[in-house]
Amino acid sequence: MTEHKINKTYQQINARIRSGEAVVVTAEEIIDIVKNEGPVEAARRVDVVTTGTFAPMCSSGAFINFGHTVPTTKASKVWLNNVSAYAGVAAVDCYIGVTEPCEDDPLNKVYPGEFNYGGGHVIHDLVAGKKIHLKAEAYGTDCYPNRNIEKEVTLRKLPNAVLCNPRNAYQNYNCAVNLINKTVYTYMGTLKPNAANANYCSAGQLSPLFNDPYYKTIGLGTRIFLGGAQGYVTWHGTQHKPGAKRTKRGIPLTPAGTLWVMGDLKKMSPRWLVGASLQGYGCSMSVGLGIPIPILNEEIVNYTAVSDEELFTQIVDYGHDYPNGISKSYGKVSYAELKSGYIKFRGEEVQTVPLSSIVRAREVAEILKGWILKGDFLIGEPQFTLPS
Amino acid sequence: MYSKILILRFPKTEAEKPIVCYLAKDYDLTFNILNAAVLPRKEGIMVLELSGTKKDFKEGVKYLRSQGVQVQNASQEVKRIKKKCTHCGSCTAVCPTGALAVQRPEMLVDFNQKKCSVCELCLTACPSRAMEARPTNKAFF
Ligand code: SF4
Ligand code: SF4
Repeated sequence: MTEHKINKTYQQINARIRSGEAVVVTAEEIIDIVKNEGPVEAARRVDVVTTGTFAPMCSSGAFINFGHTVPTTKASKVWLNNVSAYAGVAAVDCYIGVTEPCEDDPLNKVYPGEFNYGGGHVIHDLVAGKKIHLKAEAYGTDCYPNRNIEKEVTLRKLPNAVLCNPRNAYQNYNCAVNLINKTVYTYMGTLKPNAANANYCSAGQLSPLFNDPYYKTIGLGTRIFLGGAQGYVTWHGTQHKPGAKRTKRGIPLTPAGTLWVMGDLKKMSPRWLVGASLQGYGCSMSVGLGIPIPILNEEIVNYTAVSDEELFTQIVDYGHDYPNGISKSYGKVSYAELKSGYIKFRGEEVQTVPLSSIVRAREVAEILKGWILKGDFLIGEPQFTLPS
Repeated sequence: MYSKILILRFPKTEAEKPIVCYLAKDYDLTFNILNAAVLPRKEGIMVLELSGTKKDFKEGVKYLRSQGVQVQNASQEVKRIKKKCTHCGSCTAVCPTGALAVQRPEMLVDFNQKKCSVCELCLTACPSRAMEARPTNKAFF
């Protein structure tokens, strides 16, 4: 630590937050501050930089305990609004995953399928306070004789409901094009033939893991904005791949780190957990997530000052290559180019299409900033940081 | 059998040509004129119900457009449910007219209903189902 001119501890930063003196800015605002004042001055003055993202995050879901009935039940199959939830947990516990479509969905039989209602929509309806129809089947035991239950539940009345997302907030993601001559419907949106559009999905300079590329402040116990409430990073996410190739500033050029996050669903809001229907692909849920980055020293503030011009991703073909497991890059583009509306691809101008809402990402970063400024939200010091 | 009520707007020069008659003759479509104000050498407007097979219907509308006639679906209009839109931008991949477009640098998604051709592609492309087709309930008589 001696190599840094500025050294702040989590405790010092939290003391400043408690006394209402903390200086908090968003990941967009910090860019010019570091440019104008230099990293050392910026690190001296700024205590926390807030980030944000809002996009479909498929690897999400909730653990729900729906309480006992009389006579008692040990559910082996559970449906919420006709969407199947995994019931192999305990007697009245289940896990509802956001990509599970409702039972009688025609799926892709009518191509491209619409996927109007799934697990993400159930979670959205729960946090919106709507009544959900719960159905469970059981085989019956001596201690749990009931074989069938049906009841209406609301989030308020459920004994427990915990959002638990095994892979969120991808650090970088591909830019998708389609090089075959028919339209394809993918998790990266609709891709018109012969690279007529290029879709991308990242909040860029606002995105949480782009602002702390080596996870120096993020790990088990990091307190975050999750679904409109406070949540936590509890582990590195599945498919976490810190070894991806990086730029000099440490920015990965391909999908790299991911987060495992959790939080109390009962405190969350329907604005930040929105059911998503991805045409021809399936159901998902858009999640609002933001991480506050404590400015421990000038190195950290330098990371947070990264801008869209310095963030790059790869162009990948989702028409032929991706479904065939071929990993091939058709070139590198910056998020600044992607956000401009057009990229140059094979000598032609190609329209770019965002899938991640920058408007909402900015809102997350602003809300988080507000919470910290009010002293309602303290920085959580991780027990250990994510593998880097 | 496919049938829709259309509003046709004729530019000045086309108003005197019997364009609509060709729809029956060359495209096998039947039509029922619900309202018309087509004056020679003036911009004309006509509301008609057009019926035929889906393929002929499409070809017929293509022909009308090639003749400089503006064709609008009268029985439906597409609206955005503002509260549901998350400004993600997914719909801009399919919108052929630019009615849905990203405003830069804010990255806000703007919906300009005047540019909308009611193609309805955004209805299923929008992950949050924020785009909606509704009957217009316009009175023609
Ligand atoms: S209906 Fe068609 S033209 Fe109108 S906004 Fe939707 S995609 Fe665009
Ligand atoms: S796809 Fe839907 S939610 Fe996204 S910007 Fe378009 S209308 Fe809004």
